[in-house]
Amino acid sequence: MNTRKLRDNIGTNLMRIATLSISFLFFLILILLIYRSALVLGTHSIFDVLFSSIWNPDNNQFGLAAVLIDTILVTGIALLVAIPISLLSAVYIVEYAPLRLRRTIRPFIDVLAGVPSVVYGLCAFLFLAPFVKDIVAPWFGVQSTGLCIFSASMILSIMVFPIIISLCIESFDAIPLSLKEASLSVGATKWETVKKVVFRASAPSIMAAILLGFGRAFGETIAVNMVIGGTVRLPSSIFNPGETLASLIASKYGELMSIPLHESALMLVALILFLVVLLFYFLGSLLLRRAKKRWNY
Amino acid sequence: MSMESYQIETKNLNVHYHKNHVLKNVDIKIPAKQLTAVIGPSGCGKTTLLKSFNRLLEIQEEVKIEGQILVDGENILDRKGSEIPDIRKKMGLLSQKPYPLPMSIRDNVAYGLRIHSNKNKGEIEKTVKHCLQEVGLWNEVKDRLHDPASRLSVGQQQRLCLARAIAVQPEVLLCDEPTSALDPISAQQIEKLLLKLKKDYTVVLVTHTLRQAKRVADYVIFLYFGMVIEQGTADEFFNNPKNPETKAYLSGEIS
Amino acid sequence: MIASVCIVLGSLIVIFGLVIMNGASSLTLEMITQTPILSPPGSPPGGGILNAIVGSLLLALPATGFASIIGIGIALFLQTDFLQPAVSNTIRFMLDVLWGIPSIIYGIFCLMIMIYIGMSSSLIVGMIALTMLEIPIITRCMDESIKMVPIGLREGSYSLGSTKFETAVRVVRRQAFPGILAGILLGLGRGIGDAASILFTAGFSNRIPTSIFDSTAALPTMIYNLYSTPLGQSKAFAAAFILLIIVLVVSVLSRLLTRRFKKHIIK
Repeated sequence: MNTRKLRDNIGTNLMRIATLSISFLFFLILILLIYRSALVLGTHSIFDVLFSSIWNPDNNQFGLAAVLIDTILVTGIALLVAIPISLLSAVYIVEYAPLRLRRTIRPFIDVLAGVPSVVYGLCAFLFLAPFVKDIVAPWFGVQSTGLCIFSASMILSIMVFPIIISLCIESFDAIPLSLKEASLSVGATKWETVKKVVFRASAPSIMAAILLGFGRAFGETIAVNMVIGGTVRLPSSIFNPGETLASLIASKYGELMSIPLHESALMLVALILFLVVLLFYFLGSLLLRRAKKRWNY
Repeated sequence: MSMESYQIETKNLNVHYHKNHVLKNVDIKIPAKQLTAVIGPSGCGKTTLLKSFNRLLEIQEEVKIEGQILVDGENILDRKGSEIPDIRKKMGLLSQKPYPLPMSIRDNVAYGLRIHSNKNKGEIEKTVKHCLQEVGLWNEVKDRLHDPASRLSVGQQQRLCLARAIAVQPEVLLCDEPTSALDPISAQQIEKLLLKLKKDYTVVLVTHTLRQAKRVADYVIFLYFGMVIEQGTADEFFNNPKNPETKAYLSGEIS
Repeated sequence: MIASVCIVLGSLIVIFGLVIMNGASSLTLEMITQTPILSPPGSPPGGGILNAIVGSLLLALPATGFASIIGIGIALFLQTDFLQPAVSNTIRFMLDVLWGIPSIIYGIFCLMIMIYIGMSSSLIVGMIALTMLEIPIITRCMDESIKMVPIGLREGSYSLGSTKFETAVRVVRRQAFPGILAGILLGLGRGIGDAASILFTAGFSNRIPTSIFDSTAALPTMIYNLYSTPLGQSKAFAAAFILLIIVLVVSVLSRLLTRRFKKHIIK
């Protein structure tokens, strides 16, 4: 009897400790980032940092505007391309594709979601970049080394496809057949049913998928770093090189680690990353809760 | 009784579903503007028969349909895929479990209207109101037409689905055990509605309670393990069954 | 619509194809069994990537092990039997954020602590970084799977006199086992492939590590270091090829195991 109670006690407490530790970790990371960013924020106002585009650490200038713009461009273009393509692909796979095709594609997409970013970066560097340099950029009349914002956003959108597609497929699959029958039986076509019923019923899940895709695109460090060209300067076209918030950290950490003020600037960048993800997930969960309450599917 | 027209006829209808021979050589005639009950034990293919009338069966996989289904004399199985929505428009469907579309009450009823006609907003509102009145739902929802349909009770949802179905002015109403998921009061309301509607629509009602069939049917078809055992007017069927299996079913020996 | 699918599939097949074609050609026996041999500058570096292969395994396997143990504890504890929904949902949110932040933040975090304590980049620091990275992933997957255990099952256990802990360990864990396993495999896959978190924490070395305080190479960092040097690209592709194989194996294993264990589950 006694050993049973003891075992129970220890077990429950261990679980409690694990849970407390992970919560603790969350706050520890946040606090540490804030603490380490304080140094640079002490000598530079936040507006200077965010809105100046002059990044010259040796001169103690830490303007992030160029980096912010690059980040928005890269993430924005990637999502703009990825979202419609992924949605349509998911619809095709669930509603229109023959059964055998559907069975082979789904595991394929799951595998692709697991491919590490370095591999994507490698392929982008060796094949996408020259393609952009030799064919895409000249087509737009621009000169480019291929290591640019455009290349980064393209490889990002490829990386985001599997995430959005697989979540959408799961949610489309979960819609009861009778609901679709209800729409078809008043004479709607398949496409009308998809537009008005399937999309609506899965709206919360589609939103969640897009959020997750955004998170991946926004925070992707390695693959972007390998093809974006590593220049901190305001871009005049998407075929210019640049740096995103995440790739900046990877690029500059080695050089700047030794000097506290420089390191602090990078910590600030990391803090921004953390806070943006936090904000988006928070907004996302609010939106999801509201959507679920209204439509109850 | 004998010279009425038949709205739907099947000739030698065979349906294979996932390699099971679900409907075998089904030959039936469904009279226009009357209530035909399709009865028989569960799992005998009644729903399959119903869903083949509006070609809804085909959206599932591994379905093979052979034979003829004549609606107003025309074989609908001959028609091409692009014409199927029009066929379906002619037939309204009421399912066992109500499935309101994920939108407001008003949009549910207006759904079919918006797809098929170019009516302006005012006309749509009028039609919506008319349909909701027909099913007796208007007074209960007139103040909250933009609320999500999922907030209605199950009985109200089923009446909403009925309103949605009649909004596109079908000729036939296909009802698949529409009261089995409802409480007794709502079930009664639906039955009364069907009795009212059969003056204007051909109603095909699948039911597996004999009592319901006795209450509402003008014409009865008895389906047993995918085969038509007997069909005839309700009078003949219940008072003078010809087939031994019919007699066994009516007396409750098989169910 | 079909065009979209073709774009998606096309680009993904291209990537797969490229890695396989280039990787397979570089994947000689020498490549996987030797560590890099330092050669005079100008000539292609010789040897293989054994250091990276071993390094990756030594980093990811223990990290996944620790993360799984901690993860299952957290995931079980998050059930309503132990915590109020408000609390557990907050923790779930924190885990989601921890899953969503770029992995380089874990790298920086561990790096700072590492410097503060006075350690240098090594196997153990990298392992800790990976563990932190994997915990949210594994925990949330397990949690989702445990959530689906029907409450009737737990009630049945309680009514026989079991405690919460016993029910958690004996009944819930068994029912949710396929999902738990899938979570672990997902974490493992992520841990082996991640470069950003171990870039600064595990260092780099041309040799196989002999102690946990040695720096070590890993497959992702090897690719990252060599991708731009024309002479090192064969090694990079070989490493990429191996990573792809690992991802494939993890994915296939995950499907097989979940299917096998689904037999025992009550619906």
